Amino acid sequence: VHHFLSPTSALFLFSLKMTAVDVQRQLGHDGRQMKLSGHVGFDSLPDQLVNKSVNKGFDFNILCIGETGIGKSTLMDSLFKTSFNSEPVTHSLPGVSVRANTYVDLQESNVGLKLTIVDTVGYGDQIDKTDSVQPLVDYIDSQFESYLQEELKIKRSLTVYHDTRIHACLYFIAPTGHSLKSLDLVCMKRLDSKVNIIPVVAKADTISKPELAKFKQKIMAELKENGVRVYQFPTDDETVAEMNDAMNSFMPFAVVGSREEIEVGGEMVRARVYPWGTVEVENENHCDFVKLREMLIRTNMEDLRETTHLNHFELYRKNRLKEMGFADSTADNRPVRLYDVIEEKKKTHIREMETKEEKMRQMFVDKVKQKEAELKKAEQDLHGKFDNLRKVHAEEKRKLDDRRRMLEEEINDFNRRKASVQAQQAQAERDMHQNTSPVLGRKKDKKK
Amino acid sequence: MLTQTQVAVLTRVFQKADGDNQGYVPPSVVVDLVTQVFGSAALSAGELEHVERRSASKASKAGLSFVDFTEVVNDLMGSTTRWGTLQTNLDGHVGFDSIQEQVRRKSLKRGFEFNLMVVGESGLGKSTLVNTLFKSTVSRASCTQVEHPIPKTVEVNSVSHVIEEEGVRLKLTITDTPGFGDQINNDRCWLPVLDHVNDQFERYLKEEVSVVRKKRIPDTRVHACLYFIAPTGHSLKQLDIEFMKRLDQCVNIIPVIAKADTLTLEERDAFKARICEDIQFHGMNVYPSSIVPEDDDDAEINSKIESLLPFAVVGSEKEHKRGNKSVLGRQTKWGFIEVENKAHCEFPNLRDMLIKTHMQDLIETTDKVHYENFRHTRLQRQQMGESNI
Repeated sequence: VHHFLSPTSALFLFSLKMTAVDVQRQLGHDGRQMKLSGHVGFDSLPDQLVNKSVNKGFDFNILCIGETGIGKSTLMDSLFKTSFNSEPVTHSLPGVSVRANTYVDLQESNVGLKLTIVDTVGYGDQIDKTDSVQPLVDYIDSQFESYLQEELKIKRSLTVYHDTRIHACLYFIAPTGHSLKSLDLVCMKRLDSKVNIIPVVAKADTISKPELAKFKQKIMAELKENGVRVYQFPTDDETVAEMNDAMNSFMPFAVVGSREEIEVGGEMVRARVYPWGTVEVENENHCDFVKLREMLIRTNMEDLRETTHLNHFELYRKNRLKEMGFADSTADNRPVRLYDVIEEKKKTHIREMETKEEKMRQMFVDKVKQKEAELKKAEQDLHGKFDNLRKVHAEEKRKLDDRRRMLEEEINDFNRRKASVQAQQAQAERDMHQNTSPVLGRKKDKKK
Repeated sequence: MLTQTQVAVLTRVFQKADGDNQGYVPPSVVVDLVTQVFGSAALSAGELEHVERRSASKASKAGLSFVDFTEVVNDLMGSTTRWGTLQTNLDGHVGFDSIQEQVRRKSLKRGFEFNLMVVGESGLGKSTLVNTLFKSTVSRASCTQVEHPIPKTVEVNSVSHVIEEEGVRLKLTITDTPGFGDQINNDRCWLPVLDHVNDQFERYLKEEVSVVRKKRIPDTRVHACLYFIAPTGHSLKQLDIEFMKRLDQCVNIIPVIAKADTLTLEERDAFKARICEDIQFHGMNVYPSSIVPEDDDDAEINSKIESLLPFAVVGSEKEHKRGNKSVLGRQTKWGFIEVENKAHCEFPNLRDMLIKTHMQDLIETTDKVHYENFRHTRLQRQQMGESNI
């Protein structure tokens, strides 16, 4: 029977066998494939899972990179069949900035979609384009960073967290018909490990079919040559592998967008009207819009989200944690726990702070001591001066006392002499009364 | 008050209703238009009535003009509690509802994992019940051919199988606890069980926290714990209460009354009532009373389940011929107890809840509630320097 199976179904069986073997290997010797003797009912598990996801709602974030006026907003409007109310931008902005808008209420049957469209404003308008790519890289990294911070929190709420990580990046290539611009290459090279890049040729109605085919080939060759990894639609799931594979060969998609609708064959379709004809957006012969929509939205949306989370985010996380100084094992290969390392870092930091504090305190104490010493010296000086003054004062007082004593002695002396002179005078007068020689008396006085 | 997009949406809706481009719309149509714009789930009957009345009062003989229409909508947005969330109208099928299919495809490819723990004294029919639930010999006792004597301490043993049904691959791990409640002194016999549950959380946390981690962290955390209550007919035993009190914060506990064929229907109801009283009295958190129903069908199913808790089950692996069908059941001298008959026992209810409707919810509750609690406590403990692992 095996010989009569067609190649595709044989491949299918083979791939099934492969997966069964893989599963067993995971289980180790304990896991065995069991035969069920009846219907158990867990085949409803995928339905249960889908119901829960639908109830929670889905997030999808698209980043559109392209020059001003290349048709990014128009393409978004065409893709989602609505008008997102984005104002057109002038060409005179001094730098590249990122503008993000979230639309929370897109509803289709019972699926609710929270769509975030991120636009690059002013891309490719400057004379000096060296700083064009950095704002984009920064934006993408900051979305990863906030998710990482939320994941590392002790009390976290990942179920209600609004995931803003970019799931798909549409890179709009200008339809020159020759090759990629150097800015294109530089930008895609820097972003290819951070986002899923899907290059599209914008305004494809300006290129003729043969030119377009050559252009596409040239672009893919250039990308390959420069080692740029664009997003490949996954070919591991059998149900979509074939289609995805075919679509991979159509990359980059040549798209046309339009906001106007005209009537074609009884229906209103989005189209661009020229004097020489009408380009219908949804006509597969006119452009690859339908293919892009098919791939981006209808077939691979979930895969884009998964790849962002499992590949790009993991890479970012790994690099970031290594940057912060964490590793899974220390020099002697002992496994280290993330939170242990956080603890250690915290401790070192605290220790550093403490030493700093000590130092400052020491300095303060020294200063105080110094000041005290100065003040003491000043005090001592003052005391010294005071003592001195006192001594001087005492000296002076003594001198004055001496002088006073001397003066008193002199006064006493004078008084004594005065008294003796008076006594003598009195005696002389008495003598005069006794004899008549007043001369003696006077002479005695004169002698005295 | 209305933004440009909102005005554009209203214009489009109005123009579609105004087929012959008169600029007027009959007021009776306004309710439909408003429903289109806001979505039917967003407006209550009272609000719709209000809209009808307003449009009728504003309308002239010719009908309601566009300006009046915008006024009515403005009013409505002002009076509802959801301020101005006008639906971004999609005119045409974009196709992102196919994400359901994509999610389903990926889940099929990935496969599912479910870890069930059975706890109860020996001889209560745990292995038989598990085998009946999954219709194959998945329990540990049936796998290992050697007869183990009842161990002296409580052991915790796991066995894994991969079962497949309609393309859905399930890795089922059954954890058994032989020796639980079998000793003379059963003090702290729940500790090995608690340790096992916490070990699985620890293992998951370690993987989640390492710098280079696997894309899909192997999930060995216990998703559900079937606790077997002996059919005494009186009330919960002390051991039951102690176990459930300690483990209800770490794992989804589903209590079942084992060997329910020993109870008559009245005895069963009385027993259940007493058990529910006990559970409420001690404030124990058994599944599914802790979950929040997400929409009306869920709430209905949940209330039906809650009225029947705890399930009184009977298990059997033998099939007997009744008429021309082969039926699982127990043959006794006085009758035949059909396991799958809802009138005989509540095994089908347990199976439906555990497998058909709530399996994913059990897995998610373990991941989002119990694991987060564990992680929170564990990391806080580490911060305070207490743990020394």
